[in-house]
Amino acid sequence: MTSPAPVTEALETPRPDPAAVPALSIDGVSHAYGPRRALMDVSFNVQPASFTALLGLNGAGKSTLFSLITRLFGIQSGRVSIFGHDVSKSPGEALRLLGVVFQPRTLDLDLSLTQNLLYHAALHGISRREAAARSAELLGRIGLSDRAGSKVRDLSGGQMRRLEIARALLHRPRLLLLDEPTVGLDVKARADIISHVRQLVTEQGIGVLWATHLFDEIMPGDDLVVLHQGKVLAQGPMSRVVAEAGAQDVNTAFMRLTGAQTMPGGGA
Amino acid sequence: MSSITTREAPRGFSASEYMTCLTGIVWREGLRFLHQRERFVSALVRPLVWLFIFAAGFRQVLGISIIPPYETYILYEVYIAPGLMAMIQLFNGMQSSLSMVYDREMGNMRTLLVSPLPRGFLLFCKLLAGTAVSLLQVYAFLLIAWFWDITPPSSGYLTVLPALILSGLMLGSLGMLISSGIKQLENFAGVMNFVIFPMFFASSALYPLWRVQEGSPYLYYLCEANPFTHAVELIRFALYGQINWISLAVVAACTIVFMIGAIWAYDPSRGLARRGPAGGEG
Repeated sequence: MTSPAPVTEALETPRPDPAAVPALSIDGVSHAYGPRRALMDVSFNVQPASFTALLGLNGAGKSTLFSLITRLFGIQSGRVSIFGHDVSKSPGEALRLLGVVFQPRTLDLDLSLTQNLLYHAALHGISRREAAARSAELLGRIGLSDRAGSKVRDLSGGQMRRLEIARALLHRPRLLLLDEPTVGLDVKARADIISHVRQLVTEQGIGVLWATHLFDEIMPGDDLVVLHQGKVLAQGPMSRVVAEAGAQDVNTAFMRLTGAQTMPGGGA
Repeated sequence: MSSITTREAPRGFSASEYMTCLTGIVWREGLRFLHQRERFVSALVRPLVWLFIFAAGFRQVLGISIIPPYETYILYEVYIAPGLMAMIQLFNGMQSSLSMVYDREMGNMRTLLVSPLPRGFLLFCKLLAGTAVSLLQVYAFLLIAWFWDITPPSSGYLTVLPALILSGLMLGSLGMLISSGIKQLENFAGVMNFVIFPMFFASSALYPLWRVQEGSPYLYYLCEANPFTHAVELIRFALYGQINWISLAVVAACTIVFMIGAIWAYDPSRGLARRGPAGGEG
């Protein structure tokens, strides 16, 4: 395996037991908006304690996939399950194991940080006292304890994202979905969020599905799913995907994979 | 299944988890309402304009005979007060639905809908929260109206409460049903023209129906069939410690129908799913 991709730090997570139930299983999922087909027979798994990057350009179908996993849209065909719980058949059991950070901001800007967290906790049926304790702890972890009572409106973009991640962890999910969480953030905020999420994978064993179109957010130890025009073009450990594409790095591999689909003769 | 990540047995949700969720949603709606002072003020100013200006001007034009639940001749202001209370709830219901469209466009709605609790229950909580907010507005209106000599029996302030809860739920669920059909925020002006105004004017809110019947029998039937008329009458009778059974039946039935419709429309495999991706697709 030759993978001289830009490596910042080697974070090779141990391969999970293949017999285990995957954190997320997408099985033959297709979705159409009227005549427009957004997803075509998409299948892949996210293992617990792994970082899976869902790589695709805008319009590849990433957000549609997220809407299906979170039950915002009904599943037209195929099956989505979270730790073995079918999202269509037992949504309650599936959703309680899931934390989500959506691409658009979904915080109440006029409420305080704590109020936002307490509201989310209530939606998960977490008692007020327990919720207050967890909120304080999570705010501490993201370094925003001193802002607990401020309005969310007064936070920076990076702080809001950190708060959204904290919120997504409040009910202690074992699978975390993030839809392009670093879009619009500066370099420092981006690096903070990426390292925070990677820490969750290694320290708490959370399975992460990270949708992005930014190649430099992916590292050699990650699992990679390349989604293009609603189809999965490649999946597996990043180094393997890169090697199989005959490329030197993710960037080139992606261009080769997708270029072959869009431009005859391929090329990047 | 050898590792730590075996499938967990379903454990369902306890009654206290449901209760926590309900109070959380009502609490958040209340907080948001307190933060939107303009909304509170405009919710109060609208009926007060009708009361102070319209009613004063109309007092001489429209004579009100003695009709139940009133036992004496009453001033026009007294007559339209229940209609204005219902109007507050009508606007509030539509405004909540507006905020749902807004939330859906902005993504806030997602926070609610990814809660693991059953979606029908979440929407019901949202309706209750909206109704609670409308109660605050109605009682604030009643307080000001008291100084304007609209003085129902003091027990009426209590007996009207269940009527207000029911009418608030009916109008809120109607708003929710409508909101599920609105794709974008801009379409809300249409709701004003095609829902709020016709419902309000073709009802017993501003004039007793026997008066309408004299003028136009057809309009009378329309008013009789309008659920808003029955919300107004339910409130009117309850404010004087009486029950208008027909109105109660109509309002209760409409509440159930609208609520089932709204929950159906927000079911992921139907309503929202048929539409395209909300906001920008990425």
